[in-house]
Amino acid sequence: MAKPRNEIRFLLNDEPVSVRSAGASDTLLDYLRLERRLRGTKEGCAEGDCGACTVLVGRLLGGELVYETVNACIRFVGSLDGCHVVTVEHLRGTDGALHPVQQAMVDHHGSQCGFCTPGFVMSLYGLWMGNPSPDDHAVEKALQGNLCRCTGYAPIVRAARAAGKIGLPGDDPLVREREAVTAKLKELADGNRVECGPDENRIIVPASADDLAAVLEEHPQATIVAGSTDVGLWVTKFMREISPAVFIGHLAELQEISVGDGTIAIGAGVTYTQAFDTISKHIPQLSGFWERIGGEQVRNMGTIGGNVANGSPIGDTPPPLIALGATVTLRRGGKRRTLPLEKFFIAYGKQDRETGDFVERIDVPLPGAGDRFAAYKISKRRDEDISSVCVAIRVRLSDDGTVSEAAICFGGMAATPKRAGNAEKALVGKALDDQSIADAVTALESDFQPISDMRASAEYRMLTAKNLLRRFVMEQNGAAGATIRRGAAA
Amino acid sequence: MSEIRTEMPAEIKGGVHKPQRHDSGHKHVTGQAEYIDDIVEAAGTLHAYLGLSERANAEIVSVDLRAVRQSPGVVDVLTATDVTGHNDVSSTGLNDEPVFAEDKVEFLGQPVFAVIAETRDQARRAAAQAKIEYRDLPFIVDVAEAEAAGNPLVTEPLTLKRGDAKAALAKSVNRISASMRVGGQDHFYLEGQIAYAMPGEDDEVIVFSSTQHPSEVQHMVGHVLGVPSNAVTVNVRRMGGGFGGKETQANLFAAVAALAAKKHGRAVKIRPDRDDDMTATGKRHDFLISYDIGFDDDGRIEAVDASFAARCGFSADLSGPVTDRALFHADNCYYFPDVHLVSKPLKTNTVSNTAYRGFGGPQGMIAGERMIEEIAYALGKDPLDVRKANLYGDNGRDVTPYHQQVEDNIAGRIIAELEERSDYAERREAVLAFNRKGGIVRKGIALTPVKFGISFTATWYNQAGALVHIYNDGSIHLNHGGTEMGQGLNTKVAQVLADEFQVDLDRVKITATSTGKVPNTSATAASSGSDLNGMAAANAAGQIKSRLVAFAAEHYGVPAEQVVFEPNAVRVGNQSIVFDEFIKQAYMGRVQLSAAGFYKTPKIHWDRATGKGRPFYYFAYGASVSEVSVDTLTGEYQVDRVDILHDVGKSLNPALDLGQIEGGFIQGMGWLTTEELWWDKDGRLRTHAPSTYKIPLASDVPPVFNVELADWSANRENTIRRSKAVGEPPFMLANSVVEALSMAVASLDGYRTCPRLDTPATPECVLFAAERMRAGAAERG
Repeated sequence: MAKPRNEIRFLLNDEPVSVRSAGASDTLLDYLRLERRLRGTKEGCAEGDCGACTVLVGRLLGGELVYETVNACIRFVGSLDGCHVVTVEHLRGTDGALHPVQQAMVDHHGSQCGFCTPGFVMSLYGLWMGNPSPDDHAVEKALQGNLCRCTGYAPIVRAARAAGKIGLPGDDPLVREREAVTAKLKELADGNRVECGPDENRIIVPASADDLAAVLEEHPQATIVAGSTDVGLWVTKFMREISPAVFIGHLAELQEISVGDGTIAIGAGVTYTQAFDTISKHIPQLSGFWERIGGEQVRNMGTIGGNVANGSPIGDTPPPLIALGATVTLRRGGKRRTLPLEKFFIAYGKQDRETGDFVERIDVPLPGAGDRFAAYKISKRRDEDISSVCVAIRVRLSDDGTVSEAAICFGGMAATPKRAGNAEKALVGKALDDQSIADAVTALESDFQPISDMRASAEYRMLTAKNLLRRFVMEQNGAAGATIRRGAAA
Repeated sequence: MSEIRTEMPAEIKGGVHKPQRHDSGHKHVTGQAEYIDDIVEAAGTLHAYLGLSERANAEIVSVDLRAVRQSPGVVDVLTATDVTGHNDVSSTGLNDEPVFAEDKVEFLGQPVFAVIAETRDQARRAAAQAKIEYRDLPFIVDVAEAEAAGNPLVTEPLTLKRGDAKAALAKSVNRISASMRVGGQDHFYLEGQIAYAMPGEDDEVIVFSSTQHPSEVQHMVGHVLGVPSNAVTVNVRRMGGGFGGKETQANLFAAVAALAAKKHGRAVKIRPDRDDDMTATGKRHDFLISYDIGFDDDGRIEAVDASFAARCGFSADLSGPVTDRALFHADNCYYFPDVHLVSKPLKTNTVSNTAYRGFGGPQGMIAGERMIEEIAYALGKDPLDVRKANLYGDNGRDVTPYHQQVEDNIAGRIIAELEERSDYAERREAVLAFNRKGGIVRKGIALTPVKFGISFTATWYNQAGALVHIYNDGSIHLNHGGTEMGQGLNTKVAQVLADEFQVDLDRVKITATSTGKVPNTSATAASSGSDLNGMAAANAAGQIKSRLVAFAAEHYGVPAEQVVFEPNAVRVGNQSIVFDEFIKQAYMGRVQLSAAGFYKTPKIHWDRATGKGRPFYYFAYGASVSEVSVDTLTGEYQVDRVDILHDVGKSLNPALDLGQIEGGFIQGMGWLTTEELWWDKDGRLRTHAPSTYKIPLASDVPPVFNVELADWSANRENTIRRSKAVGEPPFMLANSVVEALSMAVASLDGYRTCPRLDTPATPECVLFAAERMRAGAAERG
């Protein structure tokens, strides 16, 4: 194999840059603000929740150049090899004119204190490029990861809807220069492994999945970084050392998502955004749920593989994946093993992932004939919040209407994502009627002893868990109007 | 040569009452607006980071900073012994708020030391290396526990009274006593606290501070350094949000930066991480309000006896005036015949709570609205009817519990117009019909009014200065004592100045607030920014104009009344001279083209000891209707529609005022719904970042959100262009959201019981209220 390259190379606005001195824990935000003095991008929270640091990152996905909004505060420089970073400074035309989204923001009084504004402008830019005449739902979704404390958002939403009337993406430099940038990024992707940074803060960017396997055999204690929506906080909030950090977000083999044999195969590097269309099409019950994972920037960065691998008890995807009977495939060197996802979570902070293993793939069986499936997420704030309780319920009904199989998996109720074994038992062999549900609801008390914390009390978690079982049955039995729909005012 | 113009002049661009854009809008959207962390650093700039206590209440046994000092890049560690002046940043002068804790810590997160290092990252990592030994003491973080335990007060309480509330209550036909918990709120300004200090000659220091109160920062830096105020210059171009959180809370950061800068002769910047910012700086006060009310069968209030216990934290800070203002607003728009209101500013082992938009007013007002709601449920009435029955009126029903006569009452008209515009009556019927279907989802609707008193209750604060120069090219330099935090104050004051001189707005250059230009300023707070600074700027303009008029009258030999400022020109007799040219002539005629303006609010006075006076110059009014849907299985909800009619007098700038109303409402809605402060058993605030502390998002904004100004309103007092203050009053328009949620869950028990929702009404809080309603209904059978 070729000698590893010892610099991270990417495009920053219209300039190619090579960063040799970058360390594993260096964030894109610090690089922009401290190294490059590009100070339009702001730090509001340093944890990927407020969006003040939003920039666009263009990357080749299946050979196609896609631009996505990301949080620069938790995006590592080591993850940018072969990417195009676009900051707010790039938007203004060479003649000094405001960009249509900027002009719309000014026209509609979309800024007050102005500190969140560059982040909003970048999120609106990302939206406008793909959808210059968005409806309110599209705007709200695009802005889920941006906090504004002054305006109350109304003028920003008005600006979002007006930007397309001021100018269309056809004239935008990123659209006009798409081919040239694609060519430049292809050129940067030289197929080499990258290793750089000081020994105590080492970046390793493997050349391929096989190379990743080799790297991990060599550095079994390495920190694997995919979307960095969790590892980013290890650095920015807990000041943890992550060296050597192995960045895998770019690996094409891990970015594949495919459907076949009644199963969706999801590569560990597939982001929530990338998976959305496939998930929505084949498991429509997860469509609305999926839109409530993180905010737009987090969905653009975060991966399903990472959500599984980090073992959090409050990750959004494990409950539905487990309820659907998903398996996870781990790889070490050339060896692979596949296990049911629910077996992967052993205890709080402990997964069945041995040193040197990496999550390669998750296979999700589609709901079959007779399967009834739903997933619910309860949180203090509807969007961009961590669930206090999350549940996915799948029951298979026999022809006689009795439950032949039940899989009920909760998040937020135990130290791991966990199935409600007793509640499941209470349903199997029974019809979905008041009695069986009452029994299942009672059984939840023997399944879980949830905790009280800042998201919810134990009592609320338990009561809501029970009520979500009740809701599931109501919905399956055709009760209408049991949930709130946004925008459905009387 | 004078240019002679004969055509009728057009209107100036950007004068008052126009929807002028924020002066920095184009810089906000391009990222070119400069905040303190964006300023080009001086060579050799050092960075400070605070070391915070890990205990809620403890004696400090020992502090071992060796590992901190040995960390990479560390230049110094500052503790209390490094303070050259007073180790105190108490805005009250009570000397109860050390910069660095010495013998004891009184809340978890209290600063104990500051690391000074070459980079911020180095300073921050080093700060985590301290080893502090504590001897733990019992602590209380909760307001109810503090009240029950008889905790000390951090400042003198206030009593407002009239008549004999207890006797009147005893005679009342109907009487209810209960309590309400009202949560606090983090400001969540997007730009956190920050200061950047540059050492100067002798004892001088220049501090760039993100503060609403540059004069106090100046005073505090001098106090901590032990130098007079004239050695300290504080500059503020803009803040990335303030909301009250930078009224006193900036003091400590500025003092630490200045202390380090003077000690090392290098520029020093300090910027805490968001988690530390939220842990170590004050918030809105939580309250426990206990009320005893008496009312007649028509729902008219006869007597109110209420106490307002507040979680003040470990020191006084602004808790005195904040808890005072809670009492001042408990009546909202309603007349309380016999009344007794008392504040209890309780000491707790939490960060010292501080100013936050509304300044205690929202907590008082929501309690007043709760009382109305109690009466409505007790009597089976529409709460709006109870409101109308209790509005301030005449025949003696126009005097507040603090004995100020309400002279400008427009609450009735605002309510009536909003009721009609929002189709309140029909929609309430539709909501009742919807709920009769008995589904899981229930709806609620409520109309609540706002009356908010305008003026600092510390009467001496109601003064302001401005500095205006006209340069001899005709360009105008504007400076005033107010600070820009996003509210558009600079734009409004510039509009006033443009209007005074009748020049286009772009002729006026707005410059950074500086204690060196306008001294002894008050905080930009209490919604007073445009009222005070607009008037001061107008006063400065007036001084210059009178000199210009005298000059022109003499120079051209015309009577003074024939010198008139017209759009971008001055008419002298029958000739019109363009402004630049006129100014050049005045300069050549040796006219002083600079003036320091001053303003003090008339009419106001307040005697706190007797609880009597006229603390407020005038009142601002508004009302809102909120409609909500509640999922009674989970407590989740959505605000479906909001209609607002709000009074800003004759608006200086309708676009900016609408922005304050929309933004204030949503911020108020966040306070009352999803923004929850939660301390764990160790007294550690666990909602200390946006991952755990949830302010509203775009998708929380009601899909139908109609906001209108009461365009017929003009301030009956002689305020700047008859406008009214707008910063705080709209915040309380969100009260209708809570009452609508309350109605939705009350439907589960046939509206027979007041659900007594505490705030924030999180989904959890709403679900448990729904459970109480269901239980009540089941009991009744």
